[in-house]
Amino acid sequence: MTINQSGWKPEMGDGNAPAGTTFTGNRGLMLEEALIFEIGDSHTTGVDLDAAPAIASRLSGLERNREIGLPGLSEPETVRHYTRLSRQNYAIDLGLFPLGSCTMKHNPRLNEKVARMAGFADLHPLQTIDTVQGALGVIHELAHWLTTLTGMPAVAMSPKAGAHGELCGLLAIRSALEARGDARSVILVPESAHGTNPATAAFCGYAVENIPATAEGRVDLAALKARLGPDVAAVMITNPNTCGLFERDMKAIADAVHDAGALVYCDGANFNAIVGRVRPGDLGVDAMHINLHKTFSTPHGGGGPGAGPVVFSEALAPYAPLPIVEKAEDGYHLVEEETAGEHHADSFGRMVAFHGQMGMFTRALAYILSHGADGLRQVSEDAVLNANYVLRSLEDVLDAPFGPSGPCMHEALFSDDGLADGFTTLDVAKGLIDEGYHPMTMYFPLVVHGAMLVEPTETESKAALDQFIGALRSVAERAKAGDEALKSAPHFAPRRRLDETAAARKPVLVWKAPEVAEAAE
Amino acid sequence: MSRYFTEDHEWVDVDGEIGTVGITDYAQSQLGDIVFVEVPAEGKQLAKGDDAAVVESVKAASDVYSPVSGTVVEGNADLADDPALVNGSAEEDGWFFKLTLSDPSELEGLMDEAAYAAFVAKL
Repeated sequence: MTINQSGWKPEMGDGNAPAGTTFTGNRGLMLEEALIFEIGDSHTTGVDLDAAPAIASRLSGLERNREIGLPGLSEPETVRHYTRLSRQNYAIDLGLFPLGSCTMKHNPRLNEKVARMAGFADLHPLQTIDTVQGALGVIHELAHWLTTLTGMPAVAMSPKAGAHGELCGLLAIRSALEARGDARSVILVPESAHGTNPATAAFCGYAVENIPATAEGRVDLAALKARLGPDVAAVMITNPNTCGLFERDMKAIADAVHDAGALVYCDGANFNAIVGRVRPGDLGVDAMHINLHKTFSTPHGGGGPGAGPVVFSEALAPYAPLPIVEKAEDGYHLVEEETAGEHHADSFGRMVAFHGQMGMFTRALAYILSHGADGLRQVSEDAVLNANYVLRSLEDVLDAPFGPSGPCMHEALFSDDGLADGFTTLDVAKGLIDEGYHPMTMYFPLVVHGAMLVEPTETESKAALDQFIGALRSVAERAKAGDEALKSAPHFAPRRRLDETAAARKPVLVWKAPEVAEAAE
Repeated sequence: MSRYFTEDHEWVDVDGEIGTVGITDYAQSQLGDIVFVEVPAEGKQLAKGDDAAVVESVKAASDVYSPVSGTVVEGNADLADDPALVNGSAEEDGWFFKLTLSDPSELEGLMDEAAYAAFVAKL
């Protein structure tokens, strides 16, 4: 026989190796990583720079009198630092991301390719108009799609996120009411609306009043009608709502609101469930923001930023903010303050310095054009199908308070009813981390005790859904059986259960060098 | 001194014309660990049902409504440093604010301890 001289001899070991600690603190290839201030050194630098020339200061004694202490790292140290941190993150590119009301769908790579084309990526917002005709064309065409899909005549492209869009919508509503000499003071927000809605209304100086939900999870139309009056400026309604249900009375609600002289703001964060199927304009909506980072697949969070264009009805269109891209025979024009003229004389002003999130516009338009109208219709159909599959697959093990209300829309809602004594939604969420999933949205909406809100989106396959359902079922069964190990989950994550209470009561917000921190104690 | 309760889980102790307001032990148990409390400033005028204070737990922020109308004479300053007082002693040391009652007849619409216990038992 031939003897293997290399010494390589694979062994499986006994499978019961002690957990123990390692010299480095690393756990296998799961690497610990210190803060960049703890790795770097202000006496190190990754680049060779010539010594600064001697110059005569003209700061009259205001010069910085000590080093600012920024850490210096070499290029490989820097690359490894951020790559190691990224391995401790969870992302849509790693797995299913069931956060309800967030529409964490796949971000197609085609979008990225388009956004990186030099003709878009290398533009500067202060270039002359004749050199950015293509970019203005993108804004104009995306605006056309958004107004067409919503059945609304106008759109403000500049708001930079959902809540910024809400602000834009309410500023337009206030401008319209003030223009008719009828400034009103109250905004009604149903219990089933998004939490940002009352915050936006309060920020705009309105008093906020709640409208209760019915037992089946929809807006109580009778209660809404009873509250409408000459002091109500608008109703902010989320449709589909945060219970994952379509507001079937939307048209009746809008008619009642309009009869009372008020306007309808719709939170369009959940538009993914109805895009291509329902036009909010047909339901009587006056203003609605569209989260490009949800429905139209542009990245969330660290990969963002968000973008929240707002569509307007005829009643609000004249008050839309600048700038506005318009098409003429000689190309695209940018309507700004100097060029607003009579046509846009009633615009309430400007929300951002330039045009909005241009990088998101190119991505969203790439998504829309690659799907087409029929593809977008399929998106909402599959999103709803997937959510209903999750709802019906788990309602025997988790309480689904609105299961009897009929099919859900884009998200499935469960409560903590039926978990063993002392076991909570938080324990289920932590258990899901051990199963390798980012937890679902929890404790929201507030109308359901211990809410667990799951939005799978259309981009998950049946196999991916089945695995998630299996994981959530397993964790739920442990919570119902009172498995004590679940109370201390996660067991397999880079960090065990964090003390959220201490973090909120005594937050440490400023990094201090270890010796300074020790001296302070 | 008598204690009254609201359906929104506030309590008010009335001693002469001064009312002391807090949230009930049931309310703190539902909120979970409380991490922040904002109490009204002295001199603030409150109508019955007005937003008077804010209580924030790791789960959610909630408004606390004034059970009666009146003028605030004192907010509980201890809650700023130690919001956990509300978890540990919701109906004693964890009181939120004191006010002078402007309309004691409003108390008639509130529940007594037995009625509130029955109300909570049904939730």
